Amino acid sequence: MRYDCDVVVVGAGPGGSMAAKYAALGKLNVILIEKKAEIGAPLRCAEGVSKKWLSEIGVEPDPKWICADMAGATIRSPSGFTFQLDESKAGSEVGYVLERHLFDKALAEQAASAGAKIMMRTGCTGVIKDNGKPVGIKVRGMDGDAEIYAKCIVAADGFESQVARWAGLDTTLEMKDIDTCIQYRMTNIDIDPKYCEFVIGSAAPGGYVWIFPKGDRIANVGIGVQAAKCKHGADPKYYLDRYIKKDERLKNGQILEIVGGGVSTCPGLDEAIADNLIVVGDAARIIDPITGGGIAHACRTGMYAGKVLTECAKTGDFSKKALAPYEKMWRDRMEDKLYRNWMAKERFATLSDEILDDLVKMMAESDIGEVNVHNLLKAIKEKYPQVVEGFEDLI
Amino acid sequence: MKVSYEKCLHCGCCAGSCPRNAIYLNDYILDFSEDCNKCGRCVKLCPVGALTMERA
Repeated sequence: MRYDCDVVVVGAGPGGSMAAKYAALGKLNVILIEKKAEIGAPLRCAEGVSKKWLSEIGVEPDPKWICADMAGATIRSPSGFTFQLDESKAGSEVGYVLERHLFDKALAEQAASAGAKIMMRTGCTGVIKDNGKPVGIKVRGMDGDAEIYAKCIVAADGFESQVARWAGLDTTLEMKDIDTCIQYRMTNIDIDPKYCEFVIGSAAPGGYVWIFPKGDRIANVGIGVQAAKCKHGADPKYYLDRYIKKDERLKNGQILEIVGGGVSTCPGLDEAIADNLIVVGDAARIIDPITGGGIAHACRTGMYAGKVLTECAKTGDFSKKALAPYEKMWRDRMEDKLYRNWMAKERFATLSDEILDDLVKMMAESDIGEVNVHNLLKAIKEKYPQVVEGFEDLI
Repeated sequence: MKVSYEKCLHCGCCAGSCPRNAIYLNDYILDFSEDCNKCGRCVKLCPVGALTMERA
């Protein structure tokens, strides 16, 4: 079977659906494929997002997919010192805990309303090239194998990031730039339902434990561990189970759901475009290297991709040169922060529990103003300049 | 490579980390292509220990 279209988008996560939506709004003929049997499930996400960026991508907050509204966030040090950020102070870093299975479907619905065709349970298995340039993709679905020819491919295949590699871009990560994650939906736990919690230190080597409330006595309890620090297989599960046993609030909890996933913690691909190819979101490794948050980044890059494709369609030129405005848009908006947080992550991953205890105590005592990663780094720079040595000028 | 389907969550952590792009998965399968050189990266970083090296 052969299909022809202007743009084929691989992956109906937030990045893919946003790209499909904006390309379809630009009157392009768009096919959006999703290899799973359900958009947004199984979950691969802690579901925490900040609030500010939704207006930036033209999406109205909808109670259908907002599971819980946070009053703030808590950072817990290895010895149990806490630093609580209230909404007034925490600004852009706290917000909602989503229902991703509904959020992702809502964005896919918007893509469909704009005119995109969606092919479910259809996985991309390779890129078709002509004279070295991508001209389409091979897919495998319920109706067998097929080929989808397109003027441009949007690689929105998430952490796997295989489409870009088949097309010729190198998206390989170093082990220090991968966090490997497992998460339980836990019920019967004694947590504050209004605060997202981050537990740092050796409980989660090179990463953190998160507790993101989904209501009273229920939360996503998960862990990310730096892959470079994993030795045996199942290390994230080992560390998470160990933490849960130790934490009085969690130890009587029961698990309703188990999910896993990988997160990149680098500052993004060196190039997220090639001839006839745009890479968005997690697939482009565009994720905050400190928090591991990527939903906002995926939505932004997806929107930029759809808008740039609309412009390209006017001349019919989808060459790397014609797609360059996409590269500029995402870098102008996010690159400095991604790079700064990547440097900070590199440093934090080396800090001892004693220093992390001191840092959290210091944060709790100082008046930081609006609390975000930037202001926290500023406060750290003042008291522990060695922690930020080498990237002071980005702070 | 040997996959324990009792453990595998089909989360894609292995596929996205594979330096040779040799792993394909969906909700139901996890396949290694002939490009796999048994480097062992996926075995180490699988969050649930679903992968083991198959000894010849």
